[in-house]
Amino acid sequence: MSLTTFARNTGYAFGENRLTLVAAIILALLTLCAIFGPSIAPYDPLLTSATTKLARPSLLHPFGTDALGRDILSRVIVATRLDLGMAVSAVVLSFVVGLALGSLAGYFGGWTDRIIGRAMDTIMAFPLFVLAMGIVVALGNSVANIIIATMIINLPFYCRFARAEVNVRRELGYVEAARMGGNGPLRVLLNHIVPNILPPMMVQASLNMGWAILNAAGLSFIGLGVRPPTPEWGIMVSEGASYIISGEWWAFMFPGAALVLAVFSFNMLGDGLRDLLDPRKRV
Amino acid sequence: MAFVWKRLLGTIPSLVGVVVLTFFISRALPGDPAAFFAGPAANAASIASIRATLGLDRPLPVQFVSYIADLAHGNLGRSLTTGQPVLTDLLERLPASLELSSFALLFAIGIAIPMGVWAATRINGGVDHACRAVVTVSAAFPTFFVGLLFVYVFYFLLGWAPQPLGRLDEIAFSPPPRVTGAYTIDAAIAGDWPVLRASLAQLILPAISLGLFALAPIARITRAAMLEALSSDFIRTARASGLPVRKILMAYAFRNVLLPVSSVLGMVFSFLIGSNVLIEQVFGWQGVGAYAVAAVIASDYAAVQGFVLMMAVLYVLLNLLVDVFATLVDPRVRFEG
Repeated sequence: MSLTTFARNTGYAFGENRLTLVAAIILALLTLCAIFGPSIAPYDPLLTSATTKLARPSLLHPFGTDALGRDILSRVIVATRLDLGMAVSAVVLSFVVGLALGSLAGYFGGWTDRIIGRAMDTIMAFPLFVLAMGIVVALGNSVANIIIATMIINLPFYCRFARAEVNVRRELGYVEAARMGGNGPLRVLLNHIVPNILPPMMVQASLNMGWAILNAAGLSFIGLGVRPPTPEWGIMVSEGASYIISGEWWAFMFPGAALVLAVFSFNMLGDGLRDLLDPRKRV
Repeated sequence: MAFVWKRLLGTIPSLVGVVVLTFFISRALPGDPAAFFAGPAANAASIASIRATLGLDRPLPVQFVSYIADLAHGNLGRSLTTGQPVLTDLLERLPASLELSSFALLFAIGIAIPMGVWAATRINGGVDHACRAVVTVSAAFPTFFVGLLFVYVFYFLLGWAPQPLGRLDEIAFSPPPRVTGAYTIDAAIAGDWPVLRASLAQLILPAISLGLFALAPIARITRAAMLEALSSDFIRTARASGLPVRKILMAYAFRNVLLPVSSVLGMVFSFLIGSNVLIEQVFGWQGVGAYAVAAVIASDYAAVQGFVLMMAVLYVLLNLLVDVFATLVDPRVRFEG
């Protein structure tokens, strides 16, 4: 696909579905927040103040302040890097590991396939969020381990997908030809098969991003991984939760809304990307 | 019956996998349980002695055998926070979680199936749009956030729901005598109608916020399966023969929906068990999920591992039930398996 056709297709996908365009714009803004967060934030996200505890949203504090008087807008902005960072790293890791394991299983078959397949079945035998909880507790309560846990519970989906895609290509003419040309199995796999299964896998990854964000935020909502006072959307929602019954809605609403916005735009962009790469699957 | 036995045998590898993985999570990973149990003030000698009493200094295969022996005796260890055996703690709280999840599932199925059928018969109608909206929302909203939004709207703003603090307002009511452990059922057995009403009132918001997320996949798959069934030849023939619409929809088309629905139920259960933890946390529901969260915060190792194992076994058994249901609904599955 040449660059101009790609541009035309992209334009088509955006033009076809306004939501994809909106999602792309929101994601661009979120990425800016993730990169420049600490310098855009109007206040220090950790600065507490005894005089402005739980202040209503106002011009001074557009999202209000939390129970320690910290500016919620600044905290929501600064948290973007951590929330997106956790989800992106988890998805990238499960993409790479899942692609590797799935390709090996699909290409070699036999025992390799059986062992990897059984391992993935075992992961899927657990309710996934519960497994993630168990893994984080066992490995130790840290952000890195939240990423590892999210990576492990996503792994089966990538692995099975890659296995199926490699399996159907294994005996195709061009692969046979590459093998006849004297390429070893790894070379055939890396140079001839994997490049062809990357695009559909990337669509999977972008559809998976929203879920990874929700999962990581859920883990930190119950007190895993991120420690206060670090700003993170899940833990901010959980800190704000105690003030709902007395009507201070802003402390949980804004970080929650940020989560929804991020997940929603990743889902929409994933759908758009799927339309772009595989028009047949449009629904 | 033969196929039920076959499915039952088929769960053995899953159960073995679950036990092995739980063992690895609890023993073979870098975190040191002995250091956990010894507490922050421990020195190397006290950690070593705790390691010896826990059997953590023995080789892994030996540890695995004693782990299996413990499991066979229902020994999941002792909780650090409650001081009771983990199994006792979990069994005491399980009915509360099952009550919540069952009501959520009933709500989801009760709404999702009619919704999906209706949406398929009138594409782009009001119900179809509602169906699409629910699917989009449930894919983008965290469960715990929806639970909190409901609390804000229905408790604080509208005042319709009682305070979201547990299963029953214990100041005004005393829990019914324990039979099943589910307050609603126990109250009904005892004939205590005010308590039944009060516990239902506590149950409604958490059950709906949990059920909303189970609703979306079921509604989507019902709609898709119904659309496929309605466009098939036998429905066209039935229409051409002048059969009444109700009979075509319910007797002929709807049957084809049951198999796809039962196939998403596995995913729905995985989701329900996981989200149950979050929803219990939001509503102060004293079930196994809230117990696990408290254990997580206290680094109560044995309690968390016991919870993970119990939920995994429950999930494997639920999947078995779904499989058996699928074979009853559709005889074709029997021969494929």
